[in-house]
Amino acid sequence: MAFFPHLLLAILEGTVAAAVLALSALGLSLVFGVMRVVNVAHGEFFMLGAMLAWWVAKMVPGGPAIGFIAALIVAPLVVGALAFVTERLLLRRINYDPEATIVATIGLMFVIQQLALSVFGADAKAVSAPFAYRIALPWFGFSGYKLFVVVASIVILLAVWWVLAKTKWGLVMRVTQFDRETATAFGIPVNQVYSAVFVAGAALVAVAAVLIVPIQQAHYLMGLDPLLMSFIVVIIGGLGSIKGSVIAAVIIGLADGIISMFFSPTLASIIATLAVALVLVFRPQGLFGVPVR
Amino acid sequence: MTARIVMLHGAVILALFLLQFVASDYAVLTITRIMVLAIYALGYNILFGYAGLLSLGHAMFFATGLYAAALGVTRLGMAVPEAFLFALACGVIVSFVIGLIALRANGVAFMIVTLMFSQAAFLTVLYFGDITRGDEGIVIKDSERAFSAFGTAVNLADPVLRYNIALAFLAVAIALCLVVVRSKIGHVLVAIRENENRTAMLGYDVKLYKLIAFVLSGAFAAFSGAVYALLFAYAGATLASIQYSINPLLWTLLGGAATVLGPVLGTALMFLLVDFASGFTSASLLFVGMVLILLVLFFPKGILGTLRQRWWRWLP
Repeated sequence: MAFFPHLLLAILEGTVAAAVLALSALGLSLVFGVMRVVNVAHGEFFMLGAMLAWWVAKMVPGGPAIGFIAALIVAPLVVGALAFVTERLLLRRINYDPEATIVATIGLMFVIQQLALSVFGADAKAVSAPFAYRIALPWFGFSGYKLFVVVASIVILLAVWWVLAKTKWGLVMRVTQFDRETATAFGIPVNQVYSAVFVAGAALVAVAAVLIVPIQQAHYLMGLDPLLMSFIVVIIGGLGSIKGSVIAAVIIGLADGIISMFFSPTLASIIATLAVALVLVFRPQGLFGVPVR
Repeated sequence: MTARIVMLHGAVILALFLLQFVASDYAVLTITRIMVLAIYALGYNILFGYAGLLSLGHAMFFATGLYAAALGVTRLGMAVPEAFLFALACGVIVSFVIGLIALRANGVAFMIVTLMFSQAAFLTVLYFGDITRGDEGIVIKDSERAFSAFGTAVNLADPVLRYNIALAFLAVAIALCLVVVRSKIGHVLVAIRENENRTAMLGYDVKLYKLIAFVLSGAFAAFSGAVYALLFAYAGATLASIQYSINPLLWTLLGGAATVLGPVLGTALMFLLVDFASGFTSASLLFVGMVLILLVLFFPKGILGTLRQRWWRWLP
């Protein structure tokens, strides 16, 4: 293949990677932004969403399209319910202490991962896309579903932005993020806001997983990658800034696509990981964040 | 140092020495592993328990020692004692450089920075698969780790000798830990953990003390990695993964953070628990996860930490 088609393919794959990143990081960014805690089990929520997509597709008759729609309903409900229980039994009891939350959610990560291993087994599971249209370019064909994922993530990101910026719920969340104590004084049920945000973050990542799993495969160890990539995106973009996360996702996704295509995927990950560490050290609020007060 | 503290720690080491005469072959091997990894946990505890800095990336220092020793004897033609010193030096250098950078971050950011550096190190190990042999790992031949000390040939494949070497290193590590935590450094570290701003206001160079704790724990980790590689003749990428960053945290929390013997006890108990669990399930990490959650919820001080709080106020 000549250089230009090669580059075009790299950019296309990079755009898909950017969409996948932005989508999987969105939940983590929301939770960190409002609650100031890092949920290490975020990647396992993603994995559960993907596993549920596979399970629903197997259980529901009538082809991949119907299974896909059913999974889009079932996965966020189940994962959201799990997140609700986690928030009540775990995070609330340790009073959202940042360190204790990290340790406890590391524990939760192992528990979910190993239960998934026991229930679903260790083999990778392929889920077929709801439609199989291929866009024929002069040099190569490109999966139409991948472009659908890009469009879907743009829609979801816009929807979340709209809720945060334009609705009363968004206002309540932003107030809680800004100052928890003042919010309490003004009669905002902070605990319920936290609960809702944590559940929403988990439901979002489950939706992301259902959308993404036809591109990848479902596997019980698949959660680590989205977790680390979400960290990378959320930190480079600025902890808690959704706009920053999206911009970071686009930068990293494209860079990842191009470096992976021309060099090696491992090198791309090493560079991204080091970039995060350095951003955190020299610009702790991220590229677009405001310093934590 | 009071007599009962010396007696307690001496008794633990004596008990471990006597254990080899009653334990089965399998138990001797397991206890050797526990003792080697306990050195790792002891160092981690200086940083996490005493200085209050939670690192999620110590596997990179463990792996530094592991690969420095393994590559030292297989590729660079070092003898075993040289390889130990080489690994220790590498550990000090790597943890000094990483510490300088990572300690600029605080709280949650520090945890994620260390996690990220460690993940980058893990990926680097995989990237240079020609040298490190990736997941498959480097297997050290017996001829490469044979050396003579004081005129006698030493064979590191001998389980009893291995046990006693590990025990000797553990004893040195415990003694070092005791000295450090009871010295001025240890007291300043505790002060930083309790209130960093106040300690700085009292005129202590907080950054310097944190860096000392970081390098000390990195050096312990690297040394433990080197001992692991040379005693068990193996260095593989799994030993550099996130799992091995979380292990010392788990062991320290279980045994009791900020107690000298806590990490040793925690390592031993967790090994027993995982060993016991693997008898009837392949998902032994499930227990690791549950122990972590239960510790955070109900038992944040760990075993020895709770004992000290209730009865043994003198426990260092």
